[in-house]
Amino acid sequence: MLSLDEVRRIADLARIEVPETEVAALQQQLNGIFGLIEQMRAVDTAGVEPMAHAVDVTQRLREDRVTETDQHELFQSVAPQVEDGLYLVPKVIE
Amino acid sequence: MFDLTISALASLLRDRKASSEELARLFLGRIARLDPGLNAFITVDEERALAAARAADARLARGDGEALTGIPIAHKDLFCAKGWKTTCGSRMLAGFVSPYDAHVVEKFDRAGAVLVGKTNMDEFAMGSSNENSHFGPVRNPWDRTRVPGGSSGGSAAAVAARLVPAATGTDTGGSIRQPASLTGTCGIRPTYGAVSRYGMVAFASSLDQGGAFGKCAEDLALMLNVMAGFDERDSTSIERPKEDYARDLERPLAGLRVGLPKEYFTADLSADVAACVTAAIDELKAQGATPVEVSLPNQALAVPVYYVIAPAEASSNLSRFDGVRYGHRAPEYADLNDMYRKSRAQGFGPEVQRRILVGTYVLSHGYYDAYYLQAQKVRRLIARDFTEAFRSCDVIAGPAAPTVAFPIGEKSSDPVQMYLEDLYTISVNLAGLPGLSVPCGFGAGGLPVGLQLIGNYFDEARMLNVAHRYQRATDWHRRAPAGIA
Repeated sequence: MLSLDEVRRIADLARIEVPETEVAALQQQLNGIFGLIEQMRAVDTAGVEPMAHAVDVTQRLREDRVTETDQHELFQSVAPQVEDGLYLVPKVIE
Repeated sequence: MFDLTISALASLLRDRKASSEELARLFLGRIARLDPGLNAFITVDEERALAAARAADARLARGDGEALTGIPIAHKDLFCAKGWKTTCGSRMLAGFVSPYDAHVVEKFDRAGAVLVGKTNMDEFAMGSSNENSHFGPVRNPWDRTRVPGGSSGGSAAAVAARLVPAATGTDTGGSIRQPASLTGTCGIRPTYGAVSRYGMVAFASSLDQGGAFGKCAEDLALMLNVMAGFDERDSTSIERPKEDYARDLERPLAGLRVGLPKEYFTADLSADVAACVTAAIDELKAQGATPVEVSLPNQALAVPVYYVIAPAEASSNLSRFDGVRYGHRAPEYADLNDMYRKSRAQGFGPEVQRRILVGTYVLSHGYYDAYYLQAQKVRRLIARDFTEAFRSCDVIAGPAAPTVAFPIGEKSSDPVQMYLEDLYTISVNLAGLPGLSVPCGFGAGGLPVGLQLIGNYFDEARMLNVAHRYQRATDWHRRAPAGIA
């Protein structure tokens, strides 16, 4: 079961702000979900190969050639803040 | 005319008894009149629809129409469509106009289908009731106080209310089959890899699969004929020869072995649903099919496993929404990290946030083996159960959902109760198998019930065959809700 501090820690890892007044309610909901998940933890899976994907496919390789055209203006038209073809973010390095 | 199937509408178009523009106007008119009470659509674009319809008419006049040329359709609002708002039911993407087309959208455009609008859905396809949409819940046309199921609830309700003849959806844990069951429509999720995921906003990439809603099995086959096929832009798209999903529709059922998983017919299944499903199986028997009891011993683990794997993949996929390249950015923030945290807190609704947090936890240092790796191992056991079952049967039959449509608000405060809605559908996604739901009667309150058919890998044509033969002998799929005339 997750502690309040663990809830705060994963919210921080997930980059989601959770107001302090909501941490306890969230903890309760998440622990409900982990209660459901708990059932599968006890299963004996010794020697079972993990199934990472729905079908066994190997990654295809493609020829190394240019297939995309330059559409940066179109793609940046949906960005919150752009200047001179660059995405603007708050200052990271002082 | 609004009640006709795709093939009936297509023959009207071919015989010049109706034009595509007339069809588009008919369905757009129905949307304008009926959708305010249903909320099945997020975006409707009359001008673009009519332009596409006129282009289809020109094509039909030239005599080079295909099965769907001139037929109005809708896409679930997680398929990117160039120049269309593509919101995924989220505030995060409320203002996002896609700069490109999903493979599926491209395919329908090329086939000459007429896109009339984008349908409502649970935010990022996370939900089983369509109550998790930033744009408000969808109402079930059979009873507007009830949910249509989810996450493709808008597409299901739109087809049920005859606002469009057919629509696309996606199914990560039951998001096509469960709403099909709850709205008395037909819905198919094909084998993983059959339909390209390119341009589908990603939720859980190893489980997501595009599919379709329609009013009969034949319409589903026609929709799949357009949607399915190899696409090099999806790394998990399967290279297979093109197939006609309608090729076996008429095949008699004599000799068909129908697997009945004993784990599907237990106390978890409500009695009214069980009665309808049993009667449907009796009809298959009457046509010469043989019932075979099969077992899926790890069935009870499917929901728990899914709620490790799907949130893990979601937390990774949804990390792209950072308020930098697209999507919501918080208006005020202190620094970069604060911008991420506030943008994501404001842009994502509560269920999406919960799943991201669960996923973050199970992937975090020290927990990976106990949760994520263990879930992947149990997933293998669940998939093996199906392989074993298909040794003694050709298709598996059972319920698609444990109950009929439930009231709006009934389960929305308890995530775990909502998750159990997908009890009979989730294992199919984990295994990567195809599944469909077709109407098979009415349960409590006169609400529709769906029969789920599960096929072996790439056996969609056989499942559609069984559904079609069933529909030739029954008329549940022709029943329409009251108040939509």
